[in-house]
Amino acid sequence: MTAYLIRRLWQMIPTLFGVVLFVFLLFKAFGGDPATVLGGQNATAAQVDAIRQQLGLDRPLYVQFGIFLRQIVTFDWGNSWATNESVAHLFATRLPATLTVMVPILLLDSFLAIPVAMGVAYVRGSLTDRAIMVATTLALSISFLVYVIVGQYVFAFQLGLFPVQGWSDSVWTNLVTYAPLPVLLAVAVSLAPTTRLYRTFFLDEIGHDYVRTARAKGLTEPVILMKHVLRNAMIPILTNVAVALPGIFVGAFLIEQFFSIPGLGREILLAVNRSDYPVIQAFAVYIAVITMVVNLLTDILYKLVDPRVVLK
Amino acid sequence: MSTVLASPQLTPSMTRGKGVWAAAATRFKTDHVGMASLVIVALFLLLVIASGAGLIAADWQVERGVPDAPPSFVGPAAPTEGVAIAAPTGPNVDISAIDPLAPRYKEWAEAAKKYQTTETIKATTLPFGGDRLGRDVLSKAIKGAQVSILVGVSAAVLATIIGTFLGAIAGFFGGKVGDILEWVYNVFTAIPGILLIFAFAAVFGRGIGSVVLILGLAGWTGIYRLVRAEFIKHANRDYVRSAEAIGASNTARMFRHILPNISHVVLVQLSIHVVGFIKSEVILSYLGLGVGVDQVSWGTMLSEAQSELILGHWWQLAAATIFMAVFVTAFSLMTDALRDALDPKLRGLE
Repeated sequence: MTAYLIRRLWQMIPTLFGVVLFVFLLFKAFGGDPATVLGGQNATAAQVDAIRQQLGLDRPLYVQFGIFLRQIVTFDWGNSWATNESVAHLFATRLPATLTVMVPILLLDSFLAIPVAMGVAYVRGSLTDRAIMVATTLALSISFLVYVIVGQYVFAFQLGLFPVQGWSDSVWTNLVTYAPLPVLLAVAVSLAPTTRLYRTFFLDEIGHDYVRTARAKGLTEPVILMKHVLRNAMIPILTNVAVALPGIFVGAFLIEQFFSIPGLGREILLAVNRSDYPVIQAFAVYIAVITMVVNLLTDILYKLVDPRVVLK
Repeated sequence: MSTVLASPQLTPSMTRGKGVWAAAATRFKTDHVGMASLVIVALFLLLVIASGAGLIAADWQVERGVPDAPPSFVGPAAPTEGVAIAAPTGPNVDISAIDPLAPRYKEWAEAAKKYQTTETIKATTLPFGGDRLGRDVLSKAIKGAQVSILVGVSAAVLATIIGTFLGAIAGFFGGKVGDILEWVYNVFTAIPGILLIFAFAAVFGRGIGSVVLILGLAGWTGIYRLVRAEFIKHANRDYVRSAEAIGASNTARMFRHILPNISHVVLVQLSIHVVGFIKSEVILSYLGLGVGVDQVSWGTMLSEAQSELILGHWWQLAAATIFMAVFVTAFSLMTDALRDALDPKLRGLE
């Protein structure tokens, strides 16, 4: 186990190096000159040169890459170009809002989709199954934007069940007042694809021999489904949840944008619109790290869920 | 998705030396859902071509109706009761003696006569309503279809070319080259897709070309993975070894021998990506990271529709949604049928 962990962590280094190199080169090659962006429209040539010198942009490329690496390791990204807020502070203050919205979305989505998918898989081929499959195809073809626009209009503006948008400093107020509508809309949208996917997982398992054996020895259908099929189907389901996990940190950026939730997703969108490179670069690198760590944790989790899995 | 099964008597015709594509076409024709969606997709493509050639919807920017003109089947908007400004009751004081501009009024009135103005009568209703400026929503939806579909298809083609090319090299050669490409793949998949798209959007800017480039560069990894696996599988098959024995070059074996044998995988992937990229384009355009401001796509229509909906003007939202939903549903069903026809082993898995 320890040897496995060490090897996996060791293997992350080249990938991580690649991510850093990719982000560095992308912004270096296509991103325009940071000094002129920072200097603004009225900067003199001397001022731009001074900024360039300060950022080390006049040094050779490998020295600049060294500076970039040092920023990553020391978590010192300097300040946002647009607001002069330190990037580290930006992360720390935007993350709670994102988590307040995203954790309920992920939990609700998984826990609602599992019973629905199991039920649909159980009655496969029936009219209910086909009706639900057609409904999910239709639901998937409508843009996410439409659900949010119409949902916000109907539930918040017309019916007044929720506030149209807003956010407060108290986590509890956020959770019970401002988060429910975004969470409900996001879950409603993601339920269709998740149900379809989980249905195929359950269908795979229901076709196996052990299910027939269980039926043959007289187990009731609920016991077969809950004790045998569900446990086996949990492996691909867990993978799917794990794949979605890093997305939590990016946030449902559209949801945050629509409901003016001051989270990370909205921040990165603002950064893109303002060409605020330090924020985008820091984001890309750290999210990549989180993704890799989560993937490793998932692999270890497999071992716990399924003793047959051998980590090598 | 498809529920129609191919009739079993097709198999003998396949053994009579019928090509794999002809056999797939025969299977596809028996799929009624697939055929119906193919017709709808073809109609949309005709629409795109006609609109691209300027035959229809070329005048989408002309303000033909009154602002926010309702659809014809709803009828013109009820006239709002404007509060008229009360006429002043006091005596009309002649201020021409102290008005410094007074001597030139006559001169200006004559100069103004030289210009002719025509009073255009704007329609009070349009077939499917008008937007904030009185532009016909139907023309906008057709023009938007042209932009959105074009972007989706081009980006999918770009992603497929990148993915297939790199996947072919990685799978065929393996070794050092394969390791390097695997490393590139790992790097691209380590960054979540949406973040990758944003990073590209930050440096490439806006416009149709940029969106195609952004989506294509961010979306090739899935195809790469599949094509690589297929190439690994095929690289040591007998027919490839035979080709090598008669002196076929690496390039010839990769693209003349193996590629045609896995082209059904590539085609299905291409078609799956079209739908995904159209959805992405709509979201990017909505966020202002997509097509330029003087263009229209389904995404920009939805972004305008958000503020119109609060005023009760639902038609732009409805037009963009219906157009997109019909196209995306038809395209997805067509893709399902295509996959079933090209790879009968997969039938009924989803």
